[in-house]
Amino acid sequence: MFVVIKIHQRMNLHFKNKKVTGILTVLPSKEVLFEDEMGNYNAPIGKSLKLKAAMGFKSKRVVQDGITSSDLCIFGLSHLFDKQLLCKQDIDALIMVTQSPDYIMPPTSNVIQGHFGLKHDMICLDINQGCAGYIIGLIQAFMLLDQKSINKVVLMNADVLSPIVSKKDRNSNPLIGDGASITIIEKSIDNEEIFVNLKMNGEGAFAIHVPAGGARLPKSQETGLIEEDLNGNLRSKNHLVMKGDQVFNFVQTEVPPLIEALYKYSKIDKDDIDFFMFHQPNKFMLNKLADRLGVERDKLPSNIVENFGNASGVTIPLNISFNLGDKLCNKKYRLCLSGFGVGLTWGAMIIEMKNLAFCKIINK
Amino acid sequence: MKSKIIQILNEIRPEFDFNEPVDNIVEQGMLDSFDVVTLVTMLEEEFKILIEGTEIVSTNFISVESICLLLSKYIKE
Repeated sequence: MFVVIKIHQRMNLHFKNKKVTGILTVLPSKEVLFEDEMGNYNAPIGKSLKLKAAMGFKSKRVVQDGITSSDLCIFGLSHLFDKQLLCKQDIDALIMVTQSPDYIMPPTSNVIQGHFGLKHDMICLDINQGCAGYIIGLIQAFMLLDQKSINKVVLMNADVLSPIVSKKDRNSNPLIGDGASITIIEKSIDNEEIFVNLKMNGEGAFAIHVPAGGARLPKSQETGLIEEDLNGNLRSKNHLVMKGDQVFNFVQTEVPPLIEALYKYSKIDKDDIDFFMFHQPNKFMLNKLADRLGVERDKLPSNIVENFGNASGVTIPLNISFNLGDKLCNKKYRLCLSGFGVGLTWGAMIIEMKNLAFCKIINK
Repeated sequence: MKSKIIQILNEIRPEFDFNEPVDNIVEQGMLDSFDVVTLVTMLEEEFKILIEGTEIVSTNFISVESICLLLSKYIKE
């Protein structure tokens, strides 16, 4: 008699001979202060100010009307081409990670390819992912680089979600910002190892979602009607909904064990990691994560959402560009990246970054 | 500790009286998720403690007594 034992395998991934060679973050120039919008919320001013202090909401960057995810990426790519930091002919794959594509079809990556007249011998790929979108995009880039014909991948993370957030929703509006990032990933002859642990739970898919606008519930006059929730937030079905308490509990419960499993898998101790560059929904959540992980708060920066807002998959590269920037052009750091949110998806990656050709922020 | 908790709750939501016993202050709409964040921040400052993220769930904040119970894990009186 045979007994079948089901062994639960962690979604551990391992990559070699790949490296990040440049990170550019593009931010919209328009800055909105928390105080500018505080009067919109169905809450006393004093209460909003307490929330501001606890969550670290100060200012955020949002696009001007009509600016899309591809506009931000095209602006960034034009900068790289003009400064000769990237050559059009060298791009073998263009990955676009976004929840705010320009169109339902075609893919935004194809639109960008067409805009620049890039070569036809390349792969354009759109991925619908949010807060963990940088981890997902890097994984996809690493897998593509296993092919002989692919030597350079351009990963674009971009989200323009401010137009679909209700200005009267205290749950989401204070934190949602817009932005884009461009990361160059190439083959490497060094033996750097990259370790990843990734998890998904579709049972929590509606913890962060936009009810209307897809095939399940097309936008209509009815979906545009504003309703008030139990906490006095006003939004329609066309707006983003975030169940903040569920997301907070999910992050606090699931992310620390994921990181600890990654230490074990990679055989890299937390003390051997220089910086923890995490997705940044709010300061409160990040500080709680840092404490739970036993990581000094200055090794886990939490200053992105307060200065720029949360632009989903862009927060990790923005975190790196803002907090490490030029240092990555001549120093080597071992980083633990982690993204968590929409999906629900949570993932972490241990990666070394060094000698980047560029690591900076530009404003559009 | 109890009187201090009531004082903080009354400061966060002055429109309610937290001296009066209520079955579930979260379900009654007297404390929303952002109020919980503000409450945790104020309790941590007041009692010089750090409450673990996994403990910040609504069931720990349904009454003054449940908040007392939570704090008792961190405060040795």
